[in-house]
Amino acid sequence: MARSISRRRQVVVTLLAWAIGLAIFFPILWTILTSFKTEAEAIASPPSLFMFDWTLENYGEVQERSNYFRHFSNSVIISLGSTLLGLLIAIPAAWSMAFVPAKRTKDILMWMLSTKMLPPVGVLIPIYLLFRDTGLLDTRTGLVIVLTLVNLPIIIWMLFTYFREIPGEILEASRMDGAQLWDEIIYVLTPMAIPGIASTLLLNVILAWNEAFWTLNLTAAKAAPLTAFIASYSSPEGLFYAKLSAASTMAIAPILILGWFSQKQLVRGLTFGAVK
Amino acid sequence: MGSITLKQITKSFGATEVIQPLDLEISDGEFVVFVGPSGCGKSTLLRLIAGLEDVTSGMIEINGVDATQTPPAKRGLAMVFQSYALYPHMSVRKNIAFPLKMAKLPLQDRDAKVEAAAAVLNLTDYLDRRPGQLSGGQRQRVAIGRAIVREPDAFLFDEPLSNLDAALRVNMRLEISELHQTLKTTMIYVTHDQVEAMTMADKIVVLQAGRIEQVGSPLELYHKPANQFVAGFIGSPKMNFVTGAHAQKHGAETIGFRPEHIAISQSGGTFNGIVGVSEHLGSDTFLRVNVEGMDSITVRADGEVALRHGDSVSLTPAPDKIYRFDKSGNAL
Amino acid sequence: MATTHSRVAARFMLSPAVLLLLAWMIVPLSMTIYFSFLRYNLLNPAIDAWAGWSNYEYFLTDPAFFAALTNTLLLVGGVLLITIIGGTLLALLLDQPIWGQGIVRILVLAPFFVMPTVSALVWKNMFMNPVNGLFAHAAKALGLQPFDFLAHAPLFSIILIVAWQWLPFAALILLTALQSMDQEQMDASEMDGAGPFSRFFYLVLPHLSRAITVVVLIQTIFLLSIFAEILVTTNGGPGYASTNITYLVYAQSLLQFDVGGGSAGGIIAVILANIVAIFLMRMIGKNLEA
Repeated sequence: MARSISRRRQVVVTLLAWAIGLAIFFPILWTILTSFKTEAEAIASPPSLFMFDWTLENYGEVQERSNYFRHFSNSVIISLGSTLLGLLIAIPAAWSMAFVPAKRTKDILMWMLSTKMLPPVGVLIPIYLLFRDTGLLDTRTGLVIVLTLVNLPIIIWMLFTYFREIPGEILEASRMDGAQLWDEIIYVLTPMAIPGIASTLLLNVILAWNEAFWTLNLTAAKAAPLTAFIASYSSPEGLFYAKLSAASTMAIAPILILGWFSQKQLVRGLTFGAVK
Repeated sequence: MGSITLKQITKSFGATEVIQPLDLEISDGEFVVFVGPSGCGKSTLLRLIAGLEDVTSGMIEINGVDATQTPPAKRGLAMVFQSYALYPHMSVRKNIAFPLKMAKLPLQDRDAKVEAAAAVLNLTDYLDRRPGQLSGGQRQRVAIGRAIVREPDAFLFDEPLSNLDAALRVNMRLEISELHQTLKTTMIYVTHDQVEAMTMADKIVVLQAGRIEQVGSPLELYHKPANQFVAGFIGSPKMNFVTGAHAQKHGAETIGFRPEHIAISQSGGTFNGIVGVSEHLGSDTFLRVNVEGMDSITVRADGEVALRHGDSVSLTPAPDKIYRFDKSGNAL
Repeated sequence: MATTHSRVAARFMLSPAVLLLLAWMIVPLSMTIYFSFLRYNLLNPAIDAWAGWSNYEYFLTDPAFFAALTNTLLLVGGVLLITIIGGTLLALLLDQPIWGQGIVRILVLAPFFVMPTVSALVWKNMFMNPVNGLFAHAAKALGLQPFDFLAHAPLFSIILIVAWQWLPFAALILLTALQSMDQEQMDASEMDGAGPFSRFFYLVLPHLSRAITVVVLIQTIFLLSIFAEILVTTNGGPGYASTNITYLVYAQSLLQFDVGGGSAGGIIAVILANIVAIFLMRMIGKNLEA
């Protein structure tokens, strides 16, 4: 008796959850579907969900007309580059704070966090002028530098929370076993922290890929990643729905896939370990 | 070779001095146990010897050479940690081989040594497993294996048995003792368990609040405790202490007598009381006797004694086994 | 606790990160402060005279500032309201036993991974466009007049778009917090005769309060800096109807080339963000001790 009621409840809850889930996902689904329509079908009234002539021509045209892959590779280089550079700086820093805590470690961590809270608009002008004067404006190097610094606090914090879960005795054991500092980091700490480092990398690539304040303000045509490229569709060109959809689909697909792998780490990374 | 000498070493964390100026001589091949209540500084002392912490002042000599500033990797000591501290991402084989790899030993020699150590420790069948797949006792043996392969001058054990269940603990205790018989290498062993100290040590160092209370062989400490703290700490059940008129009769502030040195009679003894709790183990009987006007007295009698809760009893400590202590707790 | 050796090594390994972040924070920020006291226009680089507080006076008395401040507060408040309430309900729903839970989670989470420019443009053109948008189609099908969202309710439309992006974040974090809830406690309360509503208000909500606070603070930090969504949908208009402080500073400095005025606005934005940041840092700091 009790079982059949909970069964019925499960059906209702399942239907409700799926309905809401699909509603939230619908704009993305709609974009993906539209990207396979012709321009005429894309604005047809009434619109059709699946019953249209599927075509790939929009994808070809987006590439042809605006050299889509250059922007795509800009995005890849900028997000991966800034993440790897960030990890290189952050791993040693997180190691020191997690395993050799000093009196001021907590203050340093909090201060690093506070730099993340600085609204970018507060430093936009100087950065813009410095970049203009040093020729870094509209370069991939410039964006890699900025995004590394912007996301460094998050990288350090995430690594710190992962490292802190590794018992210090294991590192001490390696020291007793004759390991030098670099042996300790290469043979013991890094392999043990691989899952943590991987999820930090993943989350940070996502954040850098989607970063839209600095990429919009510091690039023009040459170094523009996908965020800035898509923004160019805000002009009347955006009324070509099918092409807009094709460009958008290609811009979000890789990160949607990565993102689904990183659900758990996302919470830890974005709340600085305050919610686990 | 494995002699270690501590000269006037101290350790402070900020303003708190956890090790007060301390001298200690450990000769080659000795099995030395540091024992004391938690927070007495015994683990810190071990970590100072290991080099995992700096001494605040004083000197550490290993084999007659000043090693105070030597990093842990260069001291020629091996350590077994309380949590075993095995490398979770390496197989047992690689765990044991790690110190050899760090010493840049050729691969073949490494394998031979690992196999030999595994044979001694009954780990041969587990060499290709990860630590996570082993039982507590097996992990413990891997940790010991990792320590013995590099043939150190001395082994350091930091409460290595405290994570094992009681039965396994007794077994491992014997194994470590046997290992010491075979290797004849210096061993320094930290524990809070006086039974481990008594059964394993050649020499016991009793610590309290960062000070050495007494150094000596197990039986020396049992028979001639230097002060009330050592008297109370060594021996199980604990020594009974009595103050007041009874003590003054012996010309002392406090007297002590061990539970096993008390004669039981129906009446006419030194202390008359009523049995509170009686524990019958067959081989021994433990009684807690409530005596009016003082703390209860614990008695350990051989064999079965037919006394129960509420029975009255009279107790007489053996006169030649009464320890006398002055006001500051020192033995008279 | 460690030895001098490792402490020296630690300081050495920490210093690149510290120095870089220090430079990143101090150099541009002090430049912004300096500029904010100058009469400095990029079109007229010859003049960079000392301006005293006049940039601040100008910025703070500009009617656009009050519009932008109000818009910022409405934007942050509106999005928070939608995402917290929606996120809590969504988390409660997803915490139930449902078939295909993993897939539903993925569907719900997806908008968070969509880059801001894409989501803004998709909503603007394909949903809110008064001629060809889906909402217009729907209105026409129901025989209603299509509504031009971005022209007549620009701020509300942007709130909707941003809320869609952040709802998954709130839901995910609250769901994580829900799942750490002690099941025995819930069982005990059921034995004690608590109904679903009293269980929600007396047990679940207090348990979630910490996570909700974290969501509020973190979203606030990000929402204060909303930029791309405004840039590609309304350009802050019509008039200043959808301009927030971030966008106003951008317009002042990079569209009107008024570096001095823009810098003063930037500093005001920093001060506003700091007020939120102090609370957030306190929460995170407490967690660090635990």
